[in-house]
Formats: sequence, structure tokens, C-alpha cells
Amino acid sequence: MRITQGCFSFLPDLTDEQITRQVQYCLDRGWAVNIEFTDDPHPRNTYWEMWGLPMFDLRDAAGIMKELDDCRRVYGDRYIRISGFDSSHGWESVRLSFIVNRPKEEPGFRLDRQESIGRNIRYATRSYAADRPEGERYPT
Amino acid sequence: MKHESITVRGKERYKSGVMEYKRMGYYEPDYEPKDTDVIALFRVTPQDGVDPTEACAAVAGESSTATWTVVWTDRLTAAEKYRAKCYRVDSVPGSPGSYFAYIAYDLDLFEPGSIANLSASIIGNVFGFKPLKALRLEDMRLPVAYVKTFQGPATGIVVERERLDKFGRPLLGATVKPKLGLSGRNYGRVVYEALKGGLDFTKDDENINSQPFMHWRERFLYCMEAVNRAQAATGEVKGTYLNVTAATMEDMYERADFARELGSNIVMIDLVIGYTAIQSMAKWARRNDMILHLHRAGHSTYTRQRSHGVSFRVIAKWMRLAGVDHIHAGTVVGKLEGDPNTTRGYYDVCREDFNPTRLEHGLFFDQHWASLNKLMPVASGGIHAGQMHQLLELLGEDVVLQFGGGTIGHPRGIQAGATANRVALEAMILARNEGRDYVHEGPEILAKAALSCTPLREALEVWKDVTFNYESTDSPDFIPTPSIAM
Amino acid sequence: MAHPNLQAVAGQGNGDAAPSSIDLRREFEAVDIAPILAQLDEELIGLAPVKNRIREIASLLLVERIRRKMSLANTYPTLHMSFSGNPGTGKTTVALRMAGILHRLGFVRRGHVISVTRDDLVGQYIGHTAPKTKEILKKAMGGVLFIDEAYYLYRPENERDYGQEAIEILLQVMEAQREDLVVVLAGYRDRMERFFQSNPGFRSRIAHHIDFPDYSDDELLAISELMLAEQNYRFSPDARDAFIRYIALRKAQPLFSNARSIRNALDRIRLRQANRLVSHLDRVLTSDDLMAIEANDVLASRVFSGGSDGPATQP
Repeated sequence: MRITQGCFSFLPDLTDEQITRQVQYCLDRGWAVNIEFTDDPHPRNTYWEMWGLPMFDLRDAAGIMKELDDCRRVYGDRYIRISGFDSSHGWESVRLSFIVNRPKEEPGFRLDRQESIGRNIRYATRSYAADRPEGERYPT
Repeated sequence: MKHESITVRGKERYKSGVMEYKRMGYYEPDYEPKDTDVIALFRVTPQDGVDPTEACAAVAGESSTATWTVVWTDRLTAAEKYRAKCYRVDSVPGSPGSYFAYIAYDLDLFEPGSIANLSASIIGNVFGFKPLKALRLEDMRLPVAYVKTFQGPATGIVVERERLDKFGRPLLGATVKPKLGLSGRNYGRVVYEALKGGLDFTKDDENINSQPFMHWRERFLYCMEAVNRAQAATGEVKGTYLNVTAATMEDMYERADFARELGSNIVMIDLVIGYTAIQSMAKWARRNDMILHLHRAGHSTYTRQRSHGVSFRVIAKWMRLAGVDHIHAGTVVGKLEGDPNTTRGYYDVCREDFNPTRLEHGLFFDQHWASLNKLMPVASGGIHAGQMHQLLELLGEDVVLQFGGGTIGHPRGIQAGATANRVALEAMILARNEGRDYVHEGPEILAKAALSCTPLREALEVWKDVTFNYESTDSPDFIPTPSIAM
Repeated sequence: MAHPNLQAVAGQGNGDAAPSSIDLRREFEAVDIAPILAQLDEELIGLAPVKNRIREIASLLLVERIRRKMSLANTYPTLHMSFSGNPGTGKTTVALRMAGILHRLGFVRRGHVISVTRDDLVGQYIGHTAPKTKEILKKAMGGVLFIDEAYYLYRPENERDYGQEAIEILLQVMEAQREDLVVVLAGYRDRMERFFQSNPGFRSRIAHHIDFPDYSDDELLAISELMLAEQNYRFSPDARDAFIRYIALRKAQPLFSNARSIRNALDRIRLRQANRLVSHLDRVLTSDDLMAIEANDVLASRVFSGGSDGPATQP
């Protein structure tokens, strides 16, 4: 399957050129750009691992694309996303976030149902990948 | 219109008998509104032969302390403080016989944090007044001192996005169709298909409460099954607005609690439950980490005509204070009424921290929101994927776009409809961020995206000639021309 | 302002055939570098050889740009430069103007300048240098990296010095990412020469060496009168003569930093003028009094008796 988190997941995977343009869009607005990776794709997993620190004060996307290349070299077997953070009043949050790298195979999620009182069911979404320990989740 | 104050003062003021409103102290052209005053702008159309200033003063009077004859008991109070003061009267451009009345109310007239009280005070009495042919509450300036007494949106745009983990694009929704008649299990099928296909939300319609064809508990149970299935199938956070509108507050709390128990992240209420109930639900939503969606059911009965009623921008302001997180605010290009400029005004009222006066958008006052959470506008009604570039340009990025018919009516089914909308949206955002002129190249961008997405190609084909172009019944009075230097 | 970057210019984006001829004046006006060259003329007194060099380089780049448009050139030109000369001769100012020219001609995408010295690039312990240098490089991408006193990167006498790591990273970037970044190395003439001898990799990557000669005495006088005029001061005729003598004497002394030394001297002259005025409190001051620098304000300097003017270490 293909998880559809992030802003552009329904489009074909973005080329480096397309990613560069989106990163430049963030930089032009003064947003700090951040690269994160994870192998636990649960939709409520908020805290992916950070690759370095959020990059403030950059003018050109080339520096970030270089960092992305480095991240891919090390964690290319996992999900990597890029986000742009707006620190201005009224936002102070992420303004754009999209996936730039995926594992070759995405096994997806299982829906666990636990019958509870009356007709209620307690649901849990479990990622098949997370059945294995971190670092061994996506065989290459 | 510059006049002198003709207020009668001293003992003469309280002699028994009938006195004109403008002599009783309700018309004060020299009055400087205080920063803490609540200000209302009325569009006043007096009956033939009624003096305009007197009509405006009467509106001020009848929405504050006056009655039709002088009463001695006024003297037991600091009466001058409690009288509303009409401090400015302007003719309405292009509408002879109508006047804009600016009226200031002292802060003490209002209970802190109560929309019920605000509305009862301002519109509770004056609209039936015989000497007026028509009356409309056009806009209000709420002082920061008053804004701060309200909870405001329980979640707000920023936290909603953080909870959904969706940044950088409008959210997508669809109302379940047909409007009425589906049973719970079949209802859930529509929800599942739409969410799986790519929408973020589905929505109960305003009149889906608990009817013989579907009891509310059935709906909630099957909807949550659908939401969770879709979440596992896509890896994204999904939701459906469960309508908890009911006959009494007790019933509403029961339904809302059940929704929370089932794990829903959002519930929905209709405007017709009343301002008191809306504020109660906003408090409940904040306590229970729930997003609160408001359907503005019934508003068009009083917001639609320019001459009489209450403008929707006032309702939007009241609802932001009351504390809902979503409010339907118009689509401009869809099947329901909405002029682009006035709609822009509504969206700004919902989303900005400060609204500067902008007459061409129908905003008559500088309104500070003092960091009150932002309210997400919802655009719903007759829109489809082929209009994505227009929707993005007119409505911006922080909006929920609801494509009910535009999803469920897709020739290949609901999932296909949802996918078509999602692909169209993402492609348009991608192009916009790259700096393309997406407004003019919109159809090209959609056509290109459709090359790798069959559902989108079919959607564009089926609805390519659909537009709704009618003359708006409520466009702004002011168009930017060199002569209006404000 | 939007200047299409050179990749866009070269590729023509949408597959049009390369033009076979181009109107030179129209191209020159379109890139709009004339104002920058004029600004350079105004801002810097003298420096004729430097200004000529800049013009030459600008012409070369303009022709390079046109050749790319006509698909005659297909490798990216090397643009890195070295500026050698004494302090206070305008190297930083010229670097800023050069960044503007490069941007308008489409050779750098953003046109900003990041100015650093060795300490910004080199770390204090193992593993510290590479991330530090990379951070600076990221910030400079799309613009110009100006490294002042670049030779301090190379300290062979200290075996625990990490400058070598920074040198390696710089050499790599200067070769492999010429389209993303232009590097300008600057410093004293003889020390730069020794640095290039010990690190030949740099010399082969630098396309343009510009030498910044010291200002002539006349130029220094003109600079001083400009600086005074900016603050509404002026020399009396005697003071002017005294200052001409001051310049000649001061230039011969060590640690002379051209325009910077002039500025410091003028600051001390203004101090003496102020003291002179305030020594007699019972007077009415006119604006002429406040503007005039008298001969004694200049002659009081110890430079005239062979000493140094101000603290021993001040250039």
C-alpha cells in the first residue's frame, strides 16, 4: 500500500526538482525547513526523528537538498519528510509538510477490533512494520 | 450628515410625556466612542415621512434603555451611561432612503461572555419597530475588553491541523448524500468510501439528527467503524462530523459523550440550537478535546437580503466568540448565495487576528481579536474539482472544501470521486507553490494531473459545464473608486 | 527583483531553438548592471585598476551569458576570486558589488554575501569543524562566501589544528558546486601568495585574482575630505596642509590600514577640536565654529614627532 500522509502523497513521487521548488517556497516565506525520518508510520506518531536541526536563515534550497541527500544515504530505507515551520504570531506551527522518501515496500496497517460494552468496539490501528524492532522494519 | 446635538438636559428631560428620541439623548454626534464601547452599525430604512436622524436615534434607544414615553424611574440610574448613543449617520451610497447608523453601547450593558445576552440586547427589541420600514444589523465592533471574556474556538485552525497532521493545503470533506433516508449501516458505507478515496472528513447533513429511518446511535457506531477502517487503509487521520443536535441540552450531551466514547475527533451542531446551546457545546468541546463544527442552518432566513435582517458577518463574529471551530461561510462559485467581496469579508473575520476596516469587503470597523483562536471557514454547496483553481484563489488555504455531490455523484463511484478531488487539490497546491499562474493555467494543471489519474479525468468530463451564475442579493455597498479615500 | 538564473537562461526552459544573434545593447540594459558599476565608481575613491578589473570581469561574464543563450558555451564558468591588498582598501565593498553583478547576470541565484573568517569555519575539537563549515556553506548557497584573511586556515606548525579539514571541504565545494556558490578569498598580498603556494589546489580553482593597491596620498586626502563633509566638518586651509603632511608621515609607519586609519585619525582630530572649543566656556558658538577644523587640531598628533597617534596597537 502507500500511506497518504503529507501534502502531496496523492501525486506521483516528487522529483528532486519539484522538491527543490517546494523548499524554496518555504525559504522565500522565511520558514525554517526541517528534515525528519521514521520507520513508524502510525498516523498519530507526531515525533519523527530529526535529521540535524531545523534550518533557519537559509536563502537557497541547495543547502537543504544536500542535507536530504545525506539523509537518504543513511536512512533511504525509511520514510523521510520535509516540513516548513512558521514562527510568526498566530501560527507558530508547521505550514507545509510532505513526504520525500518511502521504503520500497509499505506493508500498511492492521485494524484491531476489541468488542466492548453494548455494540461498541475499541479500535487500534497497528502498523505491520512496527511488529519488528526499529532499524529492522523495512528489509532492503 | 453633520448635525448638532439637540439633547434635552436637566429637569426638562424627565417631564412626563412623549419626547423625540433624538432629544432624549440617543443622538449624540459629538460623542467619541470609547475603546471599551461595543459599537453596532445598522442599515436603517425609515418609513416614508420619518426623519432619518430620529429613526436612527430610535434604533439606539430601543436597543438600549428607551421606552415610548418618558419614565421617572430613569432617574434612579446613571441613565446617561446606559443610553446607547448614535454618534454618526451616513447615507447609504446608491440606496436613497437608507442610512448607516453608528451606535455605541457602554460595556456595562452586557454580561461578560454571553452571546445570548449580546444578541438579546442588540437585536432583541428593535427590529419590529413600526417607524422603520426595514432594519439590518450590518456589522459590529467588539472591544478587546469584551472579546477577552469569551472562550473562543475550542480548537482553532492551528491546533486542528496539528491534530490531523495536515499542513499546507485546504481540508477536504463531503456531506453524505442522499440527504435523508439511509440507514446507519449504509450511511457508514458512504463514509468509508469517501474517506478511503482521499477525503479528510465526511459530514452529517444539518437535518440528520435521529429519525425513524436511522437512530443516532446506529449512525455513530457505523460511522466510527468506517472512520477507523479508512484510517488503517490510508495511514492518515480521518474524521466524520457526527451531528449531535437534539431537542434538549441533556440529549445533546448524551450524544456528544457517546461520540467521544467511540473515539471521534469531531462533532457537529446546527445553528438552530440557539446561542446558549452553542456556547455550552463549545465549552464541552474544549473539555473533551473535540473539534466543533457548526452548520449555519437557517441563517439565510435573516442574512440574505441586504435591506433587512442580520448580516452573516455579524453571525460569524458571534460564532468565533462563542467558540465553534468550523463554520460554513460560503463558496462564491457554488450553488448557494455569496458575492466574492462580502464572502472575503466573512473569511477574514474568521481567520485573521486583526481585521482592518475594508468597506469593499463589507468590514466597517477595525476589529482586534486579541489572539482569539482562529475559526476555520467551510465552503460547501455545488462545487466540483474543475473549479479547484478558482476555489484556491478566492478562499485561500485554510478552509474546508466540501464536495458532496461532487464526490458521491462521480460516475465511477464515491472513492473515485474522492480521489479526483484530492488529486486536483494537491496538483493545484504544488503548482501554486512553484510560482505558476495557477489562476489562469488552472484548467491546464488539472488536465495534466488527470493524465495520471483516471477518476480526475472522468470528473472533469462530467462536470465541465457546471457553473452557478446569478446576481448576488447581498453585494457590498462600496466599490473601490478613487473618490472613496478612507 | 527577479533575474532568471543562468540554468533557466541556458536551457531556455521550453525547448526553443537557440537564437543565432543577440542585440548587445538590449541585453546589457536588460541585465541592468550599469547602476552597480556606477555605484562602485561613486562609493570608492580612486582604485582605478580595481574598477577596471571589475569592468573587465563583468564584460567577460556578460559575453559568457550571451554565449550560453546561443548555446555556444556548455560548461559552467569558474567564478571564484581572490582579493589581495592591505586592509582598508575596499575589498569587502567590492565583494558586495560583485555579488550584485553576478546575481544580475544570472550566475548566482540569490546574490547575498556571507562574510566569515577562519574562526567561523574551524572548530575547537575533533568532529567540530565539518558541521561548522557545512552550516556556513548552506547559508551561503545561492550567493557569495567571502573569507577574510583566508590564510589563517592553514597552520601547519600546529598539528592539532583543524583548519585543514575546512580547507578540504572548501576545495571540494569550489570544484563540485560551482553553480551553487562563489567563493572569494581575501587578505594581505604576501600572505595570500604564501597560502596559495602551500595549497596549490586553491590557485587552480580561482579564476580571477584582483590586487587592491594602497591609496595614493591624494586619494587619502580626498577620502578624508569626503568623510569630514559627511559629518559637516571641513579643514581650514592651514589644517588641510597639516593633514597632507600627516598622511605622508602616517603612511610610512607600520600597521597602516588606508581608509580605516584615516577614519581613526579624523575621530581623534574631532576630539581635539571639541576640547579646544570647550576650553573657553564664555563664548557663543556659530555653526562655522562647529564645522571648522584648525591646524592645531591636526598638528597636536604625535605622528609629527615620530611617535604613534593613539594606543600603540591601533592601526
